Amino acid sequence: MSIETRLKLFNRICAGVLIAFALLWLVPLLWALDTALKPNAETTKTTWLIDNPTLGAFSRTLRDTDILRWFGSSLFISTLTAVGAVLTGSLAAYALSRLRFRHRNLVFWFVLAGIMIPSQVLIVPQFREMDSFGLLNTFWAVSLPQIPTAIAVFIFKQFFDGLPRELEEVARMDGAGFLRIYRRIIMPLARPAVAAVAIFTFVGSWNDLLWPLLVLSNPDIMTVPVGLATVQGSFGIRYADTMASAILGAIPLVAVFLLFQRNIVEGIAGTGLKG
Amino acid sequence: MTAETAEPAVRTDRSAREDVPPERGRGSGLPAAGFLAPFLLLYLLFIIGPGLYGLIMSFFDTSAVKPGLSGFAGFGNYAEALQSGDFWSSLWHTLWFTILTTPPLIIVAFLLALLADRVKHGRWFFRLAFFAPYILPSAVVALIWIWLYTPGLGLIETALGKIGVTAPNWLGDPNWAMPSLALTTLWWTLGFNFVLYLAGLQEIPRDLYEASSMDGASPWQQIRSITIPMLGRTTTLVAVLQVIASLKVFDQMYIMTSGGPNFATRSILQYVYDQGFTNFRIGYASAVSMLFFLVVLAVSAVWFALVRRQEKEV
Repeated sequence: MSIETRLKLFNRICAGVLIAFALLWLVPLLWALDTALKPNAETTKTTWLIDNPTLGAFSRTLRDTDILRWFGSSLFISTLTAVGAVLTGSLAAYALSRLRFRHRNLVFWFVLAGIMIPSQVLIVPQFREMDSFGLLNTFWAVSLPQIPTAIAVFIFKQFFDGLPRELEEVARMDGAGFLRIYRRIIMPLARPAVAAVAIFTFVGSWNDLLWPLLVLSNPDIMTVPVGLATVQGSFGIRYADTMASAILGAIPLVAVFLLFQRNIVEGIAGTGLKG
Repeated sequence: MTAETAEPAVRTDRSAREDVPPERGRGSGLPAAGFLAPFLLLYLLFIIGPGLYGLIMSFFDTSAVKPGLSGFAGFGNYAEALQSGDFWSSLWHTLWFTILTTPPLIIVAFLLALLADRVKHGRWFFRLAFFAPYILPSAVVALIWIWLYTPGLGLIETALGKIGVTAPNWLGDPNWAMPSLALTTLWWTLGFNFVLYLAGLQEIPRDLYEASSMDGASPWQQIRSITIPMLGRTTTLVAVLQVIASLKVFDQMYIMTSGGPNFATRSILQYVYDQGFTNFRIGYASAVSMLFFLVVLAVSAVWFALVRRQEKEV
């Protein structure tokens, strides 16, 4: 065999192994979907694609659980968190990247230190804090502690550092202030960073379980993960219903992912790799 | 990195971007404070403040059902934790989970990224297949995998039965429960590392490969002498992020096994949760949190040391 045919064969084998793994990775998702399309009585059959698929499990979930209300809570909380993180993070990063002031590096290190504090070790004191503020069982209690994320400042600063200074010199000569430069010049250019931070904080907030589980004991304002975790037991052996609720709970994020696949991937790739 | 060899033109460009004080001097202190204020206010209020408050509570017999800090305990909570079998066993479970998940999540992600990097078409499909599980809420992942693991009905048991393998009682057997949770986690979070590796691979200059294949290097030799060394930084990053993420495990255990069977999968964070919010001993739970923080801090310190050394080598 010549080198070229051997290389071709090698590439074929690589592709084959990769496809096998990718299919293996999709099986759990497809199986969940398949189960959700069965009547509850037939979920015990481990055959794919039964004769009489039904959407019954989905309509029962929508009717019997508060899943739509959980969507509302999650959507509100995650949007609030994402907007808050983008705003506060980008403002802080703008100062750290574009303005000169004393102790600038000290402030930057102080912010970076936050990356090392695992949010889970804060749950106990944060719970007390929220309790004393009277914020338990409110959306604020879930969202506020998730807004100041050091990672967001870090991503924005990396991005701002890469923008040429000449951009704002012209604006400065025209007499524009810092806020105007931030709003009119820097932020419009920072769309990729905005997208990455917004998506990260949105997804992170949407998926969080432990913290909302603690601060939201009122069933009326549960988030999707908390709701799913609490109803899980009540479905018992109705596997189709359980899978339907899982799929419905995942749909919004899958949609976000499909829409912003490139931004998410670039966002991850930019997290500290090009430091 | 390339400062010594950089062309003069490049150098002026760099100095324009770096920390050279501009002519306009240091007049930006006040506006800077304004820009920093919203972030720093929330940061102090909800991250640094609670961190310090937790440290203080850990020295008191603070209870969740009484206001205030209650009696001073000194290092009593810490001593109790260090003498408690439950503390050590839950810490061990967390470490065991980290040991079970970290190597496969690094090695498998690396190998799959390596393969995906060679494929010319349909890379979006592989990104989708491997990354999609990562964005699912843990509750959804748990529901799907409980179903896959269900004794007597689960897909995994049926599939293994077809090839003549008797499946264990995945989540019900104390010896198998943790490996089962690790397998679920591998499926769930692999995509993140996969994407990091894929990005790292794309940063390696192509001409390195071209030059080496001119010299007759086989793909295997290229991987060993170009790809793996060039990915050193990525691997450090992936490894540390992975170890920290694995140490912080809570959700999977909480939903899939509730720490069972027979506490075989109770993580350190679930121990904090149980002590603080079931037994109402938040002073004690704070002390356990602080001990756990020390573990994470030690891991981060090792990371910084590694990165320092790598930077020096480059």
